[in-house]
Amino acid sequence: MYTTDLRTKEQKSKDQQAEIAPVTGDDVAFQARIDADEFIEPKDFMPDAYRQTLIRQIAQHAHSEIVGMLPEGNWVTRAPSLRRKLILIAKIQDEAGHGLYLYSAAETLGVSRDELVQQLHEGKAKYSTIFNYPSLNWADIGAIGWLVDGAAITNQIPLCRTSYGPYARAMVRVCKEESFHQRQGYELMMAMANGSEAQKAMAQDALNRWWWPSLMMFGPPDADSTHTAQSMAWKIKRFTNDELRQRFIDATVPQAEALGLAIPDPDLKWNEAENRYDFGEIDWTEFWSVVRGKGLCARDRVSERVRAYDEGAWVREAAEAYSQKQNKTANVA
Amino acid sequence: MSSNTWNLFEVFIRSKNGMSHKHVGSVHAADHKMAIENARDLYTRRGEGTSIWVIQSKDIVASDPGEAAALFEPAVDKVYRHPTFYDIPKDVPNI
Repeated sequence: MYTTDLRTKEQKSKDQQAEIAPVTGDDVAFQARIDADEFIEPKDFMPDAYRQTLIRQIAQHAHSEIVGMLPEGNWVTRAPSLRRKLILIAKIQDEAGHGLYLYSAAETLGVSRDELVQQLHEGKAKYSTIFNYPSLNWADIGAIGWLVDGAAITNQIPLCRTSYGPYARAMVRVCKEESFHQRQGYELMMAMANGSEAQKAMAQDALNRWWWPSLMMFGPPDADSTHTAQSMAWKIKRFTNDELRQRFIDATVPQAEALGLAIPDPDLKWNEAENRYDFGEIDWTEFWSVVRGKGLCARDRVSERVRAYDEGAWVREAAEAYSQKQNKTANVA
Repeated sequence: MSSNTWNLFEVFIRSKNGMSHKHVGSVHAADHKMAIENARDLYTRRGEGTSIWVIQSKDIVASDPGEAAALFEPAVDKVYRHPTFYDIPKDVPNI
């Protein structure tokens, strides 16, 4: 659904120390290819830090897609109509697909999907902070599609031109499918905002709760994002966190106005001179505490993943046993 | 967590008859039949395909990017293999 750099400042500076390696002729040639807007493909030379940065980012992105199914799966059985239920199931299936495209891209870098999944299950891997917020009522499903997927699209469109070929190609597929997610969410919000007073109040309440966490999806402010410069030089990232956040706000405010809902930010106002919206201070203390696993649903999300994985073990084992039996029969014949 | 011994398969999809199969990504599966089914679920949810090929990733042999020059540069200076290399007077028809 989206990705950002979620490491703490301390972790980042530690990683940066580790990433300072002697610059070789290969590194210079590599940077020249990046500067010429060439795509890097799996078997090409790449500096180890580039490979590790990509593995971390793509895996975190994949985990976010997988964990992102949980807040929505929560509402499948309580969807208010068959139409809404079909839409929600299709969206959740897409999220699973996005996770798999991304694991597939990560595997081209020499890491196995099993290793990545294991890191998630052991709590060693991060995923988007947004999924540690609870989806309390049906309006949240609309707000998630509109805002969370909207923020994801803003983040992901530039990733279609990221310098690593398999990641860029996975993102092209993801972006093609993501637009449906945002539009179905917005349509759901429209239905509620134009419904009874109680329904409109639910829509406003969902916007109030999801607005600020959605802005945090773009990651810490540029001033605190020490890793951005290297990722930009490698063209893994094409725009900074703050640039993307601004783009999302400018695109979304008129959509809220069309719904007749109020953005929960008293400082939000149009800045004529800069041709953009000014907005209020983001509570970064909350962001960092969610990153450190203090989100309301943090423990549930991972334990739910582990449970699903463990309960599906017999299916994987049966398929494996069947495949071995078929091979044996074929060898005898 | 149990170790997963499923194989990795590369997936190729024919978007419609008349087009060739094109690489789209990979899937994990216990066998070829499951690889086709997983590829169907993963890569053709919106009618993107009419035919699927899968092949185990380990069975693909790829050229080495380090040898790209040796492999592909000999073609670069053979301009006479292109029709535009030849000057034909404009008034000669049908050529």
